[in-house]
Amino acid sequence: MKYSSSVRVTPSGIVLNEKRLAFASSGEDLLVEAYRKQIGDWPKFFKMDPLSKAGFVSSELLLSSEEPRKHDCEDRAVILYNRSGSLADDRIYEGTIRSKEEFYPSPAVFVYTLPNILTGEIAIRNKYYGETSFSVLEEFDPTTMIHGLESAFLDPMTASAIFGWVECGSEDDFDVCLFLVHKEGEGLKDFDEKEFLRIWKI
Amino acid sequence: MKQAVKISDNVISPLGIGTSENFLAIKDGKSALRLHSGAERDIPEDFCASIIDEDSLKEEYLKAGIPEDGYTPFEKRLMLSVSLALHGTGIDPSSDKVLFIISSTKGNVDLLHTEDPAGREYPGYSAKRVASFFGNPVPPVTVSNACISGLSAQINAVRELETGHFDTVIVTGGDIQSRFIVSGFQSFKALSKEPCKPFDAKRDGLNPGEAAATVIYSWKEPQKGDWVAVKGAIRNDANHISGPSRTGEGSFRALMAVLGDADRSDLAFVNVHGTATLYNDEMESIALSRAGLSEVPVNGYKGYYGHTMGAAGIMESVLSMKAVEEGVIIGMRGYSECGVSAPLNISADNRPASGTSFVKLLSGFGGCNAAMLFRKV
Repeated sequence: MKYSSSVRVTPSGIVLNEKRLAFASSGEDLLVEAYRKQIGDWPKFFKMDPLSKAGFVSSELLLSSEEPRKHDCEDRAVILYNRSGSLADDRIYEGTIRSKEEFYPSPAVFVYTLPNILTGEIAIRNKYYGETSFSVLEEFDPTTMIHGLESAFLDPMTASAIFGWVECGSEDDFDVCLFLVHKEGEGLKDFDEKEFLRIWKI
Repeated sequence: MKQAVKISDNVISPLGIGTSENFLAIKDGKSALRLHSGAERDIPEDFCASIIDEDSLKEEYLKAGIPEDGYTPFEKRLMLSVSLALHGTGIDPSSDKVLFIISSTKGNVDLLHTEDPAGREYPGYSAKRVASFFGNPVPPVTVSNACISGLSAQINAVRELETGHFDTVIVTGGDIQSRFIVSGFQSFKALSKEPCKPFDAKRDGLNPGEAAATVIYSWKEPQKGDWVAVKGAIRNDANHISGPSRTGEGSFRALMAVLGDADRSDLAFVNVHGTATLYNDEMESIALSRAGLSEVPVNGYKGYYGHTMGAAGIMESVLSMKAVEEGVIIGMRGYSECGVSAPLNISADNRPASGTSFVKLLSGFGGCNAAMLFRKV
């Protein structure tokens, strides 16, 4: 496996292809600033839950250096993992139904109580008709994730994948490490567990 | 040639404990769908659902050595289902060549309503407890792909065997129909107040359902009579996060990835998702028609069990295997008059089945769709 780009997004900053990007804000505001400065044409971003916001901005930055940017295809998968599933939004939804007296369940909040809504958001943005999958692990575990990625490439249709870790505990608590991985590719860097960990530790 | 061969399975539902008991119940036309009081759960509206009586499992838990305390009902049901599936297989679940894949949409989410969920709301932690009960040392994977999770988990299982990462994969799944899930689907106006009517002209929504189901696969040479998970595919609609594509795009592409231009004459039936929401069934009819499957018999089990979410893909697959073995296409309970724009070969009554393979189809929020082909050798 090879990879063509990586992105590391935490509340304190964004590192794209091993270079730190300059932003003034941190936490949730960092995602909004990154959206405004680097993306800007997908207002649906503001309706997303915390997990999707973090994952969407990260995927957009990851793809920003792809030339030409792939669109409307079936051969790119989205394979993501985390620890909290959709708990950030689950807690928000639970707050809307907590008591019998204040019972205001909202479909717009409920729909995000599934982590694979994020993989759907990325598929919609890029018209990716390929495989999308979200799995939850007890902790960050590159061995299990790389196994899963190798497995995903067994689908003969899948030639590349947005792959990695998108953890989100709440609006201000996210930890993302994504790669654009290719089954094969000349001149690209090798992708393995060691490389995953190297970027993760940046 | 070695393939992913089914070693064992289990289904736990209000209709019975064990795949055979469940199969016989639905073959007899029994449904687990009942009207449940909303007031009992502090929900304004009543709802029609299939709910497991937790007390009815007490004796089974005892027999399986599952402690009464220390595990949530969600965990205990999966543990019981795995325990019953493992029985008599000779598989050592404590081996590091055995992987647990859990299929659940919401796991222990009901614990968010309590004061201290104690970390059990984290799906990975809950999965670890289930795997650890069997002494398994491998980090379990919880597949969280909404309603396709049960197929997604089986597709991952087949691949983990094919790559040689593991010798055996235990796929288990389920969901508890908590206040959290029921209120959410009610807010979506997706629930029917009556037993659901899949593909019918008068269908008006789905019924939540509870089940736990397990299927175990090993990588080996299939023998005559063995079930093989031949091929699966997951494709996205790339259209909408909660509404299915009007062209059935992802579902059609998943079907084509699995069947290609292959001869469909050996297909006994296609077991659809068939939730009985307006949009799902319409979308599936279009996808099936585009894939050239209008003539192939179609059935679904939501009229018996409702939508069992994390269990659905597993339970509906193993019940379909049983049906092919018995040479019967279980009728689409609740169906009477075609209510989709692309007519399909559907019957409310049981019919004789011919063929040794079937396709299982699922779709879910997030635009995801999965298809999987199973064949009896």
